[in-house]
Amino acid sequence: MSGIAQPTAEAASASPGGGPAGNPLWRFARASGSLFIQQREATVLVVALALWAFFWLKSPDFLTSTNLSNLLSGYAAQYMILGIGEVMLLISGEIDLSVGFNFAFSPFLMHYLIDFYGVPAFPAILIALLFGVFVGWVNGFFTVTLRVPSFITTLGTAFILYGLVLTTSHAFPAPIPASAAGIGKWIGGTQSGTFAWTQFVWAVILVAIFHVVLIRTRWGLHTVAVGGNLLGSREAGIHVARIKYGNFMISGFMGAFVGLQVAFYNNTIDPSSGGFTPMFYAVTAAVIGGTAMLGGVGTILGAFLGAIVLATLQDGFTLIGISANPLNIILGAAILVAMVANVSLARLRIEGRTR
Amino acid sequence: MSVPAPGGQADPAAAGGAVLQVEHIAKRFGPVTALVDVNLHLKRGEVLGLIGDNGAGKSTLLKILCGFHPPDSGKILIGGQEVAIKSVDHARSLGIDVVYQDLGLINQLSVYHNMFLNRERVRWPLLSNRSMRNLARQRLDDMGVGLKSVDVPVASLSGGQRQAIAVARSVYSEAKILLLDEPLAAMGAKEAALILDLVRDLKDQGDVSIIVVAHNYGQVLEICDRVNLLQHGEITLDKLSKDTSVQELNDIVIAEYRAALEARQHPS
Repeated sequence: MSGIAQPTAEAASASPGGGPAGNPLWRFARASGSLFIQQREATVLVVALALWAFFWLKSPDFLTSTNLSNLLSGYAAQYMILGIGEVMLLISGEIDLSVGFNFAFSPFLMHYLIDFYGVPAFPAILIALLFGVFVGWVNGFFTVTLRVPSFITTLGTAFILYGLVLTTSHAFPAPIPASAAGIGKWIGGTQSGTFAWTQFVWAVILVAIFHVVLIRTRWGLHTVAVGGNLLGSREAGIHVARIKYGNFMISGFMGAFVGLQVAFYNNTIDPSSGGFTPMFYAVTAAVIGGTAMLGGVGTILGAFLGAIVLATLQDGFTLIGISANPLNIILGAAILVAMVANVSLARLRIEGRTR
Repeated sequence: MSVPAPGGQADPAAAGGAVLQVEHIAKRFGPVTALVDVNLHLKRGEVLGLIGDNGAGKSTLLKILCGFHPPDSGKILIGGQEVAIKSVDHARSLGIDVVYQDLGLINQLSVYHNMFLNRERVRWPLLSNRSMRNLARQRLDDMGVGLKSVDVPVASLSGGQRQAIAVARSVYSEAKILLLDEPLAAMGAKEAALILDLVRDLKDQGDVSIIVVAHNYGQVLEICDRVNLLQHGEITLDKLSKDTSVQELNDIVIAEYRAALEARQHPS
């Protein structure tokens, strides 16, 4: 957006006093400083690049195609795609804890439809995706229409879906239906295939689309409005319920889609895949990327970069031979640091230094 | 800027002289009688001050006019025609818009997005940010609201500027009748002056009719053509601003308070 340069210049010239004005070096430092404050994503990008530099110095294997495809496609892509739904919901003031179980259930649904009901692969996959959207609608119904807080609603649907997965699969993994393997290559790729980037390519496409949806469409603007001031949005005639229902349904779709991707990638349908862990990673990616839990604030691009930071930590630690156990300590610290940064950013923004 | 008169027909408002007429409105909430029998009228281009102590029924009247509550009985006429206001959206489509005390602005959004909230300019599927930005800039300049930038989030603005944006938004949404709920509450002298100037400018343009609900009698008399005093759910005084004074209004309200106090202390 061309808006980036303009307010920067304004913020720099408008901020009164402070420091030796006129010194070009100081001016440059201040201008680039405010650029970073204004573009939350820039900070996360720097962190990601610093981590990449660190792991590259520690291990020459880090910047190989094999490792990067594993990092971006194997780890980051699912946090990015789940993160899209979570960011939309967090901005509108809700959360979806059930998305990881949509993830677990959708490949099983596809498997049942194809192998037990003789449905052709393509419609079976479509129905599996639509079921994710339906779960999103149910989450919306309980949250918006019956006024149950979304944390509770989606906790409930999460367990229901988990129960469905375990009951219907008898907790045993299932093979990918042969008829679906062809389409599966395009959705999730295969671990043993020649092209290992499929999931990441999908993540980039979806992130690009929803980034534009969030910042340049009415839907995105109204999502921010609903999360920022629910009453004010209602007074302005915004269809608050429609926005929330819609974002739950987007999140449900993303969960089902990632579930299929991961199943195809691993070439097996595993009842223990998905669950709360990828959901929490997606929320963590969103939070690191500057999304606030209270609504009204957040970006898809931030979650994209946050997912890269998370995945880099996961992949890098394994690569340089440090046990995965201390990883959680670092993740926890990263969440806290990111939140502190968000809170101070929100204050600066209110003082008018940033957008 | 022009607010279109209802197309074609002879303007009934001009005949009756009133864009808005309220006749015998009453409203109860359970055992509480909020409005007993309210009659008021608003002429085209007029600024009417609605004053009264807390609990007199000002907010109830406002909420009935903007479609939030239905009245129990009585009539509302807009441009001489009786209407039953069904909802806030319906009221808005009739040209009645409220600026609430909380303003309904979205702190996280920029000034121009707030001004176009839910009336965005779109070149499908994308928002036409540039055209909204330019229009917002132009409209605020026209109204004499000096803002450095329309790109900043409204959270960074002062109370007066926020109020001005909320008013500008309503004015440009083709509102013919603007209800301002306590526009000067909790506002510094400088900010209050901004709003008073804004209302004066609107009055000079003459297209919008305004009801200002306020506590501060001095400011009300300064900007309003006429004041109505609401006491215990009835209009007890209807005078042109030039025919009354802060002193008189104060005396009436204090007398009312004294009488109520008497009645409570010496129940007969």
